[in-house]
Amino acid sequence: MKLGVLFSGGKDSLFACWQAIQKEEVACLITVVSQNPESYMFHTPNIRLAALQAEAAGFPLVEVETAGEKEEELLDLKRALLAARERYGIEGVVTGAILSVYQAARVQRICRELGLWCFNPLWLADQEAYMEELIGAGFTVVIAGVFSAPFDESWLGREIDRRTLDELRAIAQKYQVTLTGEGGELETFVVDAPFFAQKIAIEEASKVYRNYNGVLRIERAGLVAK
Amino acid sequence: MILVVDLCYRDGSLSRDEFVAPVERILCRAETPFLTRHYTAVGAPDLKSADAAILCGTALMDTGYMEQPELFRWLLSFERPVLGISSGMLALAAAFGGGTEPCCEIGMVDVNVLAPDPLFAGQEVFPAYEVHEHAVRVPGEFVALAASDRCVQAIRHRSLPLYGLLFYPEVRNEWIVERFLGLAARQSP
Repeated sequence: MKLGVLFSGGKDSLFACWQAIQKEEVACLITVVSQNPESYMFHTPNIRLAALQAEAAGFPLVEVETAGEKEEELLDLKRALLAARERYGIEGVVTGAILSVYQAARVQRICRELGLWCFNPLWLADQEAYMEELIGAGFTVVIAGVFSAPFDESWLGREIDRRTLDELRAIAQKYQVTLTGEGGELETFVVDAPFFAQKIAIEEASKVYRNYNGVLRIERAGLVAK
Repeated sequence: MILVVDLCYRDGSLSRDEFVAPVERILCRAETPFLTRHYTAVGAPDLKSADAAILCGTALMDTGYMEQPELFRWLLSFERPVLGISSGMLALAAAFGGGTEPCCEIGMVDVNVLAPDPLFAGQEVFPAYEVHEHAVRVPGEFVALAASDRCVQAIRHRSLPLYGLLFYPEVRNEWIVERFLGLAARQSP
């Protein structure tokens, strides 16, 4: 089955993509670029670098802009899925949804309207097992956004390796935040994945941070040999 | 041992982690032994050794299981507790002659309890996660236990512990699966 993967550049969409590669045929990646920093559906820091990640993975990218107005952006998602179906013949969509019934239900409805299958391979995943599998499988993931106490500026740009995972585990227990960042506490950016032919080198980045809210803005990045 | 039946479009499919694994995780947490089989591979030894069965859901577009009703005839003589979830409810109802009717609900929906049953004891209304395009026409041997504003959400056989749920209890209503496991444990020899 030819599938399009809803792609934010973060760990969940990349891991879902990897699951899809192993079971079906990934035909393209699909990115909705939101201008609205409050968007529940699509806003992520560094979404513009999805094109570089797609190039690293060797998949075509369908990119659609949205103003990010609450229900309007769903029409933009529909437009993106239609474009992916037209250009690459996708029969289904893969998402990285884990817990959000808000996001999952909206994508399900659009897929139904378009007659597309909908896959959520991380749905209700055990957070501990998922994070272990992510690291064990060879994903290199950096923290690109923090949106909750107790994350200070030093967390921006940190790689999620086993040591960082241990710290996240302790924080998750103490502060009632999710280990995966599913509650919106963290955003991530994937610089390497098992299916990347090349990996991403962050050449220049800046941090914008205030009161437990911050993002790592990747100003310049390129592909390098693995 | 609980027999977990995967109704997805093929064994080991991309849908497995979405519809089967969450149920398996509840069983693991409850320290309940289980065996998972794809619906095309359920064999007599599996049925013989099972104390109960859970039929899992499928993706909205995934209706292939409905084309092979003969693979669900074992439900007619199983006689031990069964929990059919969403597509699993449709398969259970179909085995007992129940049809389906169009009824699309996607997202969180309020479920109202209609009749007393140990599965929903103490609950009058609760929100549940739905992803379905069809509901069941309740077969004659079953009663409706719960409903949304639009369709029947839960059924039970009149004399056997066979349950069908149209919503996904593994999403925000794990307590229902846990109660079912308690019921299965009490009935186990």
